[in-house]
Amino acid sequence: MAKIKVGIAELAVARFPDSVTTLGLGSCVGVAIYDETKRIAGLVHIMLPAMDLAKGTEFNRAKFADSGIPQLLEMMLRAGALGRRLTAKIAGGAQMFTFSDKTDSVRIGSRNVEACRRTLQNLRIPLLAEDTGGSFGRTVEIFSETGLYEIRAVGKDRKII
Amino acid sequence: MNDKTDAARLDAFRTDVLREICNIGAGNAATALSKLMNRRVDMRILRVLPLPFNDIVEYAGGAENIVAAVFARFEGSLSGNVLFAADEQEARHLILALTGTEQEGFSPLACSVIQEIGNILIGSYLTALSDFLGMELRPTVPSLAVDMAGAILSFSLMEIGRTSDTAIMIDACLGTEDAPPGEERTSRIFLLPDPESFETIFIALGVGDHGKD
Repeated sequence: MAKIKVGIAELAVARFPDSVTTLGLGSCVGVAIYDETKRIAGLVHIMLPAMDLAKGTEFNRAKFADSGIPQLLEMMLRAGALGRRLTAKIAGGAQMFTFSDKTDSVRIGSRNVEACRRTLQNLRIPLLAEDTGGSFGRTVEIFSETGLYEIRAVGKDRKII
Repeated sequence: MNDKTDAARLDAFRTDVLREICNIGAGNAATALSKLMNRRVDMRILRVLPLPFNDIVEYAGGAENIVAAVFARFEGSLSGNVLFAADEQEARHLILALTGTEQEGFSPLACSVIQEIGNILIGSYLTALSDFLGMELRPTVPSLAVDMAGAILSFSLMEIGRTSDTAIMIDACLGTEDAPPGEERTSRIFLLPDPESFETIFIALGVGDHGKD
């Protein structure tokens, strides 16, 4: 079984028996999409909520919720997944630091989570479970065999959703 | 593509210019730490690193490397993020030097010591940059987190992420002289200016690239 690693603003799709992981999500969100029948799992490491935040016309689609999740969906479909069978789970979106001034950049974790939920809804992919918010980093892994999404955080028990 | 432009803009000469001004900032931070610790602290190494985000995380010891980090964002004529980061060993060394007590892990005492060191280092670094460049820099109150380096760095790279997948990180290592050989520990300050700020610095120093392209 291979474990495919995705970094910041990257994405990958795994077939049975492989898994996809991303390490150290902070305010970023790991969006996992799964086809139970074909046992295909995808993961994208979202950094920012919307591509209209991009400065310049050329950008990495995987970085933004409203472009990265559609890009992952396209990859899943190309890999043979069936659109109406797909389900999603998300994790991350923490607030790593606390500041006295509540600027937008401080709230980026919750904005990322909201943007991921909204994009999944627009794409009609049901969101089955999430582990979001808080003020701690997360390492996540989605397993193609089961669709289970494992979340590890420093000083906390392993969580499976 | 922005990545390419950023890298192309940072030729050897400009890398040297950045290294020189950050030397002034980090040197000032070393002096401040030196006073606090009552022993000699030097600016050891200063690296100007244009790196893709994921390479920056690897450079800092990998995404799951646990660090105590003090973060501040600064705005004004120049904007960007600055981080003081210490892993467990570095933290233990600093706390021993400052308080004379051995601390296991990141205890509340350890965290408050790290926070205090971070405040002083970040404040003195930015003050020196601001004075030298004659530019106003308004930092936020520094905030502490103890967590995976990936989680801390990706937050720090977010603003740069709007422009690029590559950041120019300036890594300053401070070290004490009198540690036994092999046991010397360094404190690191990562400066991550927003992409727009580089041109501001170069123009201020008369090495801007207007008319060059």
